[in-house]
Amino acid sequence: MAATAQKGPGGAQAPSGTSTQPNSIAGWIVRLAALAIIDAFAVWLVYMMLGDGVWQLAVVLAIVTIGINVIFLRPQLYPLRWVSPGLALMVIFVAYPILFTVYISFTNYGDGHLLTKQQTIEQFESQVFLPEDAELYNYAAFRDADGNYMLWLTPRSGGQAFTVTPGSEPVLRDGEPPDVMDGFTRIPQNRIFGELTALSALRFGTDEDSFQVSQQQFGVAAKYEPLYVYDPATDTLTNQQTGVVYSPINGTWTAEDGSTIQPGFMVTIGAYNYSRLFTDPALREPFILVFIWTVLFAALSVIITFSLGTLLAIVFDVPEMPFRRLLRSLLLIPYAIPAFVSVPVWVGLLNPEFGIVSQSIKAVTGGWAPAWFSDPFWAKIGILLIQLWLGMPYMFIIVTGALQSLPTDVYEAADLDGANPWHKFQSITLPLLLITVGPLLVASFAFNFNNFTVIQLYNNGGPPMIGTASPVGHTDILATYTYRIAFASGRGADQGYAAAITVIIFLILVVITFFQFRYTNMLEERGENV
Amino acid sequence: MSKGGRYTTSVGSMRRGKLITLIFRIVLAIITLIFALFPIVWVISASFNPTNSVVGQPLIPPNPTLDNYRALFNDPLNPFPRWLLNSLYLAIVVTIVAVIITTLAAYAFSRFRFNGRRQLLQSILLIQVFPNFLNMVALFLILQQIGTYLPRLGLNTHGGLMLLYLGGTLGVNTWLMKGYFDSIPRDLDEAATVDGATPWQVFWVILVPLVRPILVVVGMLTFIGIYSEYVLARIILTDKSLYTLSVGLNLFIQNQYSGRWGTFSAGALIAAIPVVALFLIFQRYLVGGLTSGSVKG
Repeated sequence: MAATAQKGPGGAQAPSGTSTQPNSIAGWIVRLAALAIIDAFAVWLVYMMLGDGVWQLAVVLAIVTIGINVIFLRPQLYPLRWVSPGLALMVIFVAYPILFTVYISFTNYGDGHLLTKQQTIEQFESQVFLPEDAELYNYAAFRDADGNYMLWLTPRSGGQAFTVTPGSEPVLRDGEPPDVMDGFTRIPQNRIFGELTALSALRFGTDEDSFQVSQQQFGVAAKYEPLYVYDPATDTLTNQQTGVVYSPINGTWTAEDGSTIQPGFMVTIGAYNYSRLFTDPALREPFILVFIWTVLFAALSVIITFSLGTLLAIVFDVPEMPFRRLLRSLLLIPYAIPAFVSVPVWVGLLNPEFGIVSQSIKAVTGGWAPAWFSDPFWAKIGILLIQLWLGMPYMFIIVTGALQSLPTDVYEAADLDGANPWHKFQSITLPLLLITVGPLLVASFAFNFNNFTVIQLYNNGGPPMIGTASPVGHTDILATYTYRIAFASGRGADQGYAAAITVIIFLILVVITFFQFRYTNMLEERGENV
Repeated sequence: MSKGGRYTTSVGSMRRGKLITLIFRIVLAIITLIFALFPIVWVISASFNPTNSVVGQPLIPPNPTLDNYRALFNDPLNPFPRWLLNSLYLAIVVTIVAVIITTLAAYAFSRFRFNGRRQLLQSILLIQVFPNFLNMVALFLILQQIGTYLPRLGLNTHGGLMLLYLGGTLGVNTWLMKGYFDSIPRDLDEAATVDGATPWQVFWVILVPLVRPILVVVGMLTFIGIYSEYVLARIILTDKSLYTLSVGLNLFIQNQYSGRWGTFSAGALIAAIPVVALFLIFQRYLVGGLTSGSVKG
């Protein structure tokens, strides 16, 4: 606070009247030019996004751009200029995604509900059908140098022939179709088949009178009618062929008898993603199992690595231990190897048919080895084994460091009292150790709570649970469960539900963090520098 | 000496007792080393084994070859060299940009006093509690939206993935770096300011050379973190030619397991080398960083 008083409110230095004056005129021009470029780019981007209805991202970009302008134009905000590049990235790619996740969790976003309502209406309105009494035409197809198509249509009933291009009125013609006309060249009959996909996707003529080439019946074109008509007044889609009327219900076009048509669109559906998590047994039961395993996995990972790391630190970190430094460097290697390498290596070692670990166990037991990947229990044991291997060096290092900082006089007092080594460990070392490394253990718990890589690379969360509404495996933790629902499912992605689970993970992380900050008094302790 | 006295009774500790303890320590050390190192030894051995199978493999292959390494670099379906370059490219670019961004921010937080500074620092600390990849659904959608207008920053691009990585950098390292800036006496830059140096000159000429050690630490941690990142790369990249090692390496063993074990081992070794080398070279710095609270991905 003294610094603030000394330098005046708002900034470290006066923006004018110092030796930096000439420099700052040039700097001012550069600054304005840079801002102009950024602003022009941002305006273009925001304008395009608003046009497409991507308003959330457009608003965030607009706010960030305005923020940058304010920061760079107001001298009082000078210190923020240094922070602005990182801050802008953090707002767009961390803070906004968190809010966006919360928003998605209240929508039905997922397979079948990926589009906006307007997009689904356009899609339905582009569908056509052939009325029973429709007149059929023989056609000759033409193409010009730019790849535009034209049709020469002759009614089968024997009326007047005409030509038509997409988006224009028909032009009446006489006689037989020529090989070349109006810059168009006739496509030979034997080539038409190759162009059929492109041809049949086009609508020739105006919206009212549109002719289309049939993909099923070769050589036939007809005047198709739009299958669906949208009525903005009643907000309904009507099927012209059957007469059924569809209204939008929770993002799905639904008829009175309950039948639906796809695709649906994205709407907010309130807390449905949360409520079904707690009320639908097919979702609730796997969720509870996954939740329990997530907590167990994170807690056991910390406990076993911390226990072994402490044991090793106590046993090895004594002066009489030979090759201490070498030992430490060697033990560091498993920690240095990226998990995306070491987990597959372990998967290979544990492979029931080829893996050396399973082979060795079979040699000892006479043919039996744990089903590391197909049995839920042994899959979990296998994951914890890998976690032990991955995490032990980290714990060894931090416990070694912490032990060296413990006070020695307490031990001398204990020696005088005749305490045995176990007593000393239990009542002096462990409590003091937990105070020092406690925050790191909580951090390790939080990290493993979301240790996606290990779970995913071990067995994709498998073995799969049977009879669940969403795809989930026995070793899935919440983070991989979310991924499976949102991306890796064969049964239809359900991003809204996945986002709801992410929000639940966030709430749990908030609780963990609260305890961590309480534990370390981080915010208060650093108050002087904050 | 205090440590020696901690776990042995000071009264009447006999020579024999000490010897037994030492033997116990050494036996435990050997068991631990076997546990820690045998997967690595095994992978090295398998990568030189011509039989390309793990069944009945002797630890030292009778006729070691480089066939697995040749296969690794000549597989058009699984372009390992491409993945290696992609990983290095992404990690190096993100590291450089991240270090620059973080250093600028840390300097401001350490040297300037301004309104909202405390709240901003706390927000950065809080926001990094939520790992970026958990927002996978939102990030996927955002890149999809951005890609409509800026195709090189959309889904299935390295540019888009880099943006996601860079978004998370400020939260992770600002506190670490700011702490180091705080440890450098203010008298230095205040003297320079009195002499007429601009904040930029103070930063660039005086402070940056002094904070080089923490730049190395942050750079290494970022490089290792990005090089090892799996989730976002897996979600964002769909073209095999754009994959990073973390996404691609796994493909060697996904289907025909025993057949590709040798090739996979060779790839695993090459993939691990950059990170393990960095770790051992900068061990001194990194161990300090570890104990001060960062957890590796």
